[in-house]
Amino acid sequence: MKRLALALSVVILTAAPLWVGGTYYVNIASQILIFAIFALGVNVLVGYAGLASLGHAGLFGIAAYAGAQVMNAGHGHVAVAAGAIAMTLVASAAFAVLALRGTGLGFVMITVALGQIVWGVAYRWISLTNGDNGISIKGRPSPLGLSLASPAGFYWATLAVFLVAVVSMAIFVTSPFGASVRGTRDQARRMNALGYHVWMIRFLAFLFSGFWSGVAGLLYLYYNQFVSPQVVALTASAEALLMVIAGGTATLLGPIVGSALVVIMKNVASAYIERWNFVLGAIFVAIVVFMPEGLVPGTMRLARWAMTARRFNGSERGR
Amino acid sequence: MSLWLVLAVNSITLGGLLFLLSAGFSLIFGLMKIPNLTHGSFFMLGAYFATSLIARGVNFWAAALVGGLLVAAFGGIVERLILRRLAGAELAQVLVTLGLSFMVADVCLMVWTGDPIRIDTPSALRGATSMLGLGFPTYRLAISLIAVIFAAALWALLERTRLGAMIRAGVDDPAMARVVGIRVSRLFTVVFCLGAWLAGFAGVIGGPILSVYPGLDQEMLPLALVVVILGGSGSLLGSLVGSFVVGFLYNFGQAMFPELAYVVLFLPMLIVLVLRPQGLFGRQAA
Repeated sequence: MKRLALALSVVILTAAPLWVGGTYYVNIASQILIFAIFALGVNVLVGYAGLASLGHAGLFGIAAYAGAQVMNAGHGHVAVAAGAIAMTLVASAAFAVLALRGTGLGFVMITVALGQIVWGVAYRWISLTNGDNGISIKGRPSPLGLSLASPAGFYWATLAVFLVAVVSMAIFVTSPFGASVRGTRDQARRMNALGYHVWMIRFLAFLFSGFWSGVAGLLYLYYNQFVSPQVVALTASAEALLMVIAGGTATLLGPIVGSALVVIMKNVASAYIERWNFVLGAIFVAIVVFMPEGLVPGTMRLARWAMTARRFNGSERGR
Repeated sequence: MSLWLVLAVNSITLGGLLFLLSAGFSLIFGLMKIPNLTHGSFFMLGAYFATSLIARGVNFWAAALVGGLLVAAFGGIVERLILRRLAGAELAQVLVTLGLSFMVADVCLMVWTGDPIRIDTPSALRGATSMLGLGFPTYRLAISLIAVIFAAALWALLERTRLGAMIRAGVDDPAMARVVGIRVSRLFTVVFCLGAWLAGFAGVIGGPILSVYPGLDQEMLPLALVVVILGGSGSLLGSLVGSFVVGFLYNFGQAMFPELAYVVLFLPMLIVLVLRPQGLFGRQAA
C-alpha cells in the first residue's frame, strides 16, 4: 500500500511536465522541488536535531555565489558543482563550530548573525559579489548529453536530485546516526552520559543539513542563471524555516508539502497582491498560533482520529 | 576637525542610539527569554510615527515621547495577545516575532511609501558646539547625553527601586520570583512595553541622523543582536559597553574597510562567542 503510493507519486511527479500545462507551471514545479531539497536540509537541524537555524539562506547563497564565481572563471560544470559544494561544506563547518557554542535561543541568534554576515558580504563586497546587481551565468549543464536548457529538462534533472535527497533523508532517519541525532534533541544529557559525543553528532548533522542546502543553492543558480543578495536575506532564511514548520518538523513529507505551499502561495499571491511580505508574515503568525504542529502531522492526526472512530463504530464496542 | 575625531563622535552617537535600542532588547531577552525580532521594527515604527506627528506640527520632543508611547502600546498588545500564548515555546516566539516584523515592514511601506523621510533636527540643537577649541555637532552631543541620562535612569530603576528588584528577581529565577509573590506575568508586560518604548524613542531621536526608510528595521536588528551577544543578555552594563564597542566598530569599519564593514562588525562577536559564550558581562546560564 505504502509502496504503491510511493511508486504512484514518483510516476505523477515524473509525468508532471506533461500534465501541469505550460512552461510557467513546469518552472514553478522546479522551484518547489529546489526549495523542497532546501527545506529537507533545514529540517535535519530544525526537526531532528532540535536546532532552529535562521542563517541557512547563507549556506544556500554561498553555494550559488561560489558556483557562479567558478563558472565565470571559465571552468566546466563539474568544477562548478564541486566548488560550490566544497565551499558550502567549509562554510557549514565554520557556521557549525560557531553556532554550536549555543543551543536553543543562543543558536538561533548566532545563526541570524552569521546569515547577516553573508548578506553583508553579498551586498557590500562589490568587487567579489557585484553587490546589489548580482552575478549572472550563462548556460545550464548537459549531463550525459541531456540538455537542461528547456524547463521540462531542468525539471527532470531537479526531480532526480530531489529523489536522491528524499532517499538520503529516509536512510538518515532510520539509521543509527539519525537516531542519535534525535537523541541529542530529546535528551542531550542522557546521550552524553551514554557515551555519545553530542557536539560531534550535532556538527555532523549540521554538515549534512548544509550539504543539501548547498545542493539546493546550486540548483537555484542554474534555474535562475543569476544570483543576488536577495537570496541570502533574512527573509529567505525565514521562508525556509516557514516551509519546514508549516509542513511539520521532523517528518519526511512535511518540508516538501511546506515548500509547495510557500512557493505556490508566493507565486499565486504575488500575482494578485503586491504585499507578499505581509501575507508571509501573517501566515507565519497564523500557523504558529493555530497549527503549531504543522500541516502534515495535523492532517495525519485528523486522519488517525477518523480511522479509529470508524473502527470503533464498526466493532460496536467489541472488546 | 580631523577625520578620526568625526568618526569617534559618530561612533559615540551611534553607540548611544544602540544602547537605547539594545537595553530593552536585552531586558526582554534576559527576563522573558524572548528573542524579540520585532525590536528593529519598533525602532523604525517609532521614527515613522514621529514623522507623521511632526508633519502635523507636533514639537520634536513631544513627538519622540508620543511616538515611543504608541510603539509601547503596540508592543503591549503583541505581548498580551500573542506572545503570552506561546510562553516557553521559543521557536514559536522567534517565528511570530519575525512574522510580525515582516508585517510591520510591509504596512510601513504601504503607509509611508518607500522614500526615505528625514526628521529635522530640533532648531535649538542645530549647528556646532565648540569644546576644547574644536567644533562638535550639537545634536550628536545631545544624543550621547540622552543615552547617558537613560543609562543612569535605567540603572537606578533596576538597582534602586522595588520594580527593579522584582525585574532582577525575575531575570535570575522566574519560578522562585513567582513563589515569593511577584506577579511575573505583569512584569513581563511592563518590561516588554518599556523595551518597546525605548526602541521607539531611539528611532525618533535617531531620525535626524539616520532618516527613516524601509529596511531600517533589518539594519538595526542585527546591530542590537550583536550588542546583546557581546554584552551578555539581561545585563545593563553589558548593553552599554556592547553598544559603544559596536558603534565604534561599525563607523570605523565602514570608513576603513567599506566592503567588509559587516565582517569587522561581527568578528569580535564571534571571538567573544568562542571565548566567553555568555557574553562579556553575562552570567553563566543555569
